[in-house]
Amino acid sequence: MTIEVNTPTLSPLSTDARSLRPLLEWLARRAEPVVISLGAILAGLALFSLFILVVGKSPADLFRLMYTGGFGSWFSIQNSLSRAAPLLLTALCVALPARLGLVVIGGEGAVVLGGVAAAAIALPLTASVSPIVVIPLMAIAGMIAGGIWIGLAGVLRHYRGVNETIASLLLAYIAIALMNHFIEGPLRDPASLNKPSTAPLPAEYMLGNIPGMDVNWGLVIGIVACIIAWVLIEATSFGFAARIAGGNVRAAQIQGLPVGRLIVGFTALAGSFAGLAGMVEVAAVQGSANASLAAGYGYTGILVAFLARHNPLAIIPVAILLGGIDASGGLIQRRMGLPDATVLVLQGTLFVVILLCETFYGRFKIFNPDLWKSPGLRSNLSEGTA
Amino acid sequence: MTKLLPMNRRSFLQTTASGAAALGLAPSLFSTPAAAQAALTVGFIYVGPKDDYGYNQAHAEGAAVIKAMSGVTVVEEENVPETVDVQKTMESMINLDGASLVFPTSFGYFDPHMLEMAKKYPDVQFRHCGGLWKEGVNPMNTGSYFGYIGQGQYLNGITAGYASKSKKIGFVAAKPIPQVLQNINSFLLGARSVDPAITCQVIFTGEWSLAVKEAEATNALIDQGADVITCHVDSPKVVVETAAGRGAFVCGYHANQSPLAPEKYLTGAEWAWGNVYTKFVTEAQASTPLGNFVRGGLKDGFVKMSPLGPGVSEEARKKFDATLAEMMAGSFSVFKGPIKDNKGGDAVTAGQTFAEDAIELESMAYLVEGVVGSTS
Repeated sequence: MTIEVNTPTLSPLSTDARSLRPLLEWLARRAEPVVISLGAILAGLALFSLFILVVGKSPADLFRLMYTGGFGSWFSIQNSLSRAAPLLLTALCVALPARLGLVVIGGEGAVVLGGVAAAAIALPLTASVSPIVVIPLMAIAGMIAGGIWIGLAGVLRHYRGVNETIASLLLAYIAIALMNHFIEGPLRDPASLNKPSTAPLPAEYMLGNIPGMDVNWGLVIGIVACIIAWVLIEATSFGFAARIAGGNVRAAQIQGLPVGRLIVGFTALAGSFAGLAGMVEVAAVQGSANASLAAGYGYTGILVAFLARHNPLAIIPVAILLGGIDASGGLIQRRMGLPDATVLVLQGTLFVVILLCETFYGRFKIFNPDLWKSPGLRSNLSEGTA
Repeated sequence: MTKLLPMNRRSFLQTTASGAAALGLAPSLFSTPAAAQAALTVGFIYVGPKDDYGYNQAHAEGAAVIKAMSGVTVVEEENVPETVDVQKTMESMINLDGASLVFPTSFGYFDPHMLEMAKKYPDVQFRHCGGLWKEGVNPMNTGSYFGYIGQGQYLNGITAGYASKSKKIGFVAAKPIPQVLQNINSFLLGARSVDPAITCQVIFTGEWSLAVKEAEATNALIDQGADVITCHVDSPKVVVETAAGRGAFVCGYHANQSPLAPEKYLTGAEWAWGNVYTKFVTEAQASTPLGNFVRGGLKDGFVKMSPLGPGVSEEARKKFDATLAEMMAGSFSVFKGPIKDNKGGDAVTAGQTFAEDAIELESMAYLVEGVVGSTS
């Protein structure tokens, strides 16, 4: 395949244009991931339209419904944001270790244990302690439980050489079994006959909604967490060290970087974000820990993180997009009579196309910052087409 | 297919400006009482696929009955998890489709999800499958319906008792909760009414829907000599196909699974939700108050039996029909003392009889003598 690239006329540039050069250079650097991702999404939607045509429905109707259901009204927007909230945190559980070159897919385990730990710590305190103390305590308990769980995958990886992908996935199964043990055994509210749960949290310990919105505080917590994670990776020496170790672990070791501590620290931090998602699920939605905690947020988080290319800031729009696709899924079922799997096919198509488009990075000359430098400063601008 | 909503910027701005609860919605679709009378939109929400040959299919078959009624529009959504998702699905049905009667059918949808929405939309009626509604505690625009299906499992047990050669039958169960325990005990008691030497091995999978473990459990039961299998999981499909594939007889649950194993299917205890939904919708259309706590068994048309399969002997058919007739007359009790539990204690003492709607049965925590297995 030949890719047509419009090579802009570079010289002679007027003085005015020359002052634009740093801006153009910056734009070229930043535009590449955005343009390629958007292009991939468009290509994915086009491919998905073919599926819809094959089953004899109109893609135009479908996309219009998706817009109505996901973003077409204030109700739909809040619907999408509510669904996006837990994904922000579970996506971080994948994105942070990914910067170290680790593929962690067991966030679901951290979510359920985080939820159980949060409920467990609040139970004995019922009604006697101020919510200002209890809610942060629940968050800390959830983060510690999730952090230990995914941190364990990091420990196994670094000290025993166990593949972290498989370890974290298997640990998720163990976590779900542990959750079932606790909510059907020691922590079970005897009144929860046919749906084993912990005792319900008193209303004052619940997180509630963001004022003026029908979306719970989980959204704010998730966005703040994404920003913190971005600052950590992009603006601290800890994050810089992690990126080096992710790029080349040997080089990092030769530099004397504490690779082991980085791996355990990053996996534990990642797990604590997912554990926090479990706490929010208990404190803002369910009101108790029960089997509904294992709702698949940990697994959808993998999709979000990969689509966001493990950039914590990009996770925010991607999670909202997926929340919107989820929100519109219901409308598609109800209005078009298409099965629930329709939106899963769309998500899967987008996932594959975006991964395939990774190969386009660095292949469009227009995104090369060198192209925009003044001729004297230009380094080895390669010739030829992709 | 219903026509697409006329959604444009003007109607959006209008509704936003007026601060209406249902945004982005054409005014004609607001569910005013007058509109609800003329055309009723009913929402059904399922936790799994609606063609699962089980729990969800039973409800979807009920919804299909409603669809045929005049003046009724049915909107359905499947695979909705018991999280904020189901709350938003209910809201979306109310706001975007104008639903004024909603049936969230999974047990876990009740608290907090349906209760939250009922508080927020007091003009919408919510009816939940599972029997959790309490007078004075839960709002009057909510309610519960449920069926007594234990007698159906007793009838399953009768056909199993006649069909079993090894005198060992098996039960694949999801969780050791009262509803499931009552089904296991009823199945064994039905079989023991044929032959008191019969034992029933039970395996709990721990999850409502976990195909791999259900197949493993079925195989393990058959390996240990069981030759009739039944189950209580969301979708009996895997259990029925696995058991029939190994040559064992099967009794169904939730819905009719005979198409999956026409030769080996004896009978099955099925829900008859179509009758229940018809009742609710008729009440809603007539603007009479909907029942808040609605329950019934075989004789009330809440539960039905699958047609008897070719594996059921003439003798078995006679006993099945006689017992069914007693149940339909309301004079039959499955739990009639003395019954021992499988740890040697008294489950039901001599002289004690529990009718199918007895409150004591709803907190059942034992397995009766003859059931091999443990609740913990």
